[in-house]
Amino acid sequence: MRNVFLFIRRYFNLIFFLTLQVASLMMLFRFNKFHEAVFSSFSNEFSGRINMRFNNVETYFTLKKENDQLREQNAALLNQLKTDYAWPDSGYSIVADTFKIDSLEQYRKYLYLPAKVISNSVHSQQNYLMLHRGSNQGAAPNMAVVGPDGVIGTIINVSGNMSVVMSMLHRQSKIVAVLKKGSGFGEVTWDGNDPRFVTLSKVAKTVPVNKGDTVVTSQYSDKYPPGHIIGVVETVADDQVTSTYNLKVRTATNFYSVQHAYIVKNLQKAEMEELEKAIKKDQ
Amino acid sequence: MSDLLKNIIRFALFIGIQVFILNRIPPLHRFITPYLYFLFLLWLPFRTPRLGLTLLGFLFGLTLDFFTKTPGLHAAACTLVAYLRPFLIGLMLPKEKMEISYSEPSVTSMGWMPYAVYVLVFTFLHHGYLIFLEWMQFGNFWYFLGKVFSTTGISLLLITITEMLFNRKSRYRTNVA
Repeated sequence: MRNVFLFIRRYFNLIFFLTLQVASLMMLFRFNKFHEAVFSSFSNEFSGRINMRFNNVETYFTLKKENDQLREQNAALLNQLKTDYAWPDSGYSIVADTFKIDSLEQYRKYLYLPAKVISNSVHSQQNYLMLHRGSNQGAAPNMAVVGPDGVIGTIINVSGNMSVVMSMLHRQSKIVAVLKKGSGFGEVTWDGNDPRFVTLSKVAKTVPVNKGDTVVTSQYSDKYPPGHIIGVVETVADDQVTSTYNLKVRTATNFYSVQHAYIVKNLQKAEMEELEKAIKKDQ
Repeated sequence: MSDLLKNIIRFALFIGIQVFILNRIPPLHRFITPYLYFLFLLWLPFRTPRLGLTLLGFLFGLTLDFFTKTPGLHAAACTLVAYLRPFLIGLMLPKEKMEISYSEPSVTSMGWMPYAVYVLVFTFLHHGYLIFLEWMQFGNFWYFLGKVFSTTGISLLLITITEMLFNRKSRYRTNVA
């Protein structure tokens, strides 16, 4: 017994070092579970607050570009207003105002929640963004995040006032996509090389694909609303192993300078999940 | 200024510079991420107790991990550097001379050549281990080799500039201080 204590005392530095190494490696390789338990509440708020201060200064540098972008988006939205379309009065309308609630509201599927991007990375293999909107303001994990120009990523973790977004530029990111032409379903992933390009794979070779085709989110996705732009096809390459294409896609969002984002809340998700659960029970 | 206060300020400064400047500058190449923050560990006083040094390395790395959302990655590399630091210093320096006369490693306290070797070894070790861990997650051997060498090169350049800019006056320690 005495020898054991002597051994521990003699090699205490080494043992302490190994313990810390094991602790950090455990954190690294079992990222998700540990992150949720210990990191999310403390570290998100801690680094979030500092990031926010810094971002307050940083926004000034891209103010002009952001303004232009928002103005363009405003113009696009204004052009869709009903009042823009005028036609000569020729029909009747019978007003039967018996509904107590807006009848359209119950069919709403997606709700957009604006959020400010307070930190961002593009240079590592796993890139994350942080938004200044958390569970207190209606954000939750697994919600999609889109920007003024196109798709950004998915929320993976929320704390009270911040949320962490797994960027589209993440080795584990996977988004169901389709060509805007209507056919050509596939999967958008990132190979970790160039932050300006992502890969659209698993597109059947029967689909005609040209350079310059627009890639958008598919209606098969349970997170993303259909029709949000992911990017534009840059090069078309055959996958030698399977009979599918590998398309190199230039991202629509400029990840270097993203400042504003919209969290997309799927209001019918609970219903969808319930239905899926019912199927699993039956089997 | 006391050593403790000086090092607390350095801790915050190095983390800030790494997170808000070096991690954000437009990439020269996909292989190159400049790292400077671990210089904090190399600049700690000679007399830091070994246990405290290892623990400090772990906490320092973990603080950076809070910002980069990679829990454990930088912590593991920093713990390694902090743990091995006393061994290399012991190997390279005649003990009785250095530990008594100067408080922390620098060009003046260690001499030009030993200090260069000291920095080179730990830069290489830190980057090698850090990128090795990244490589374990997404294996691509050329990525690993290319990134280790190019990142080490850029970091050494940065460290050289830092050493020239901030000429740390290492006081000759007397019995009084």
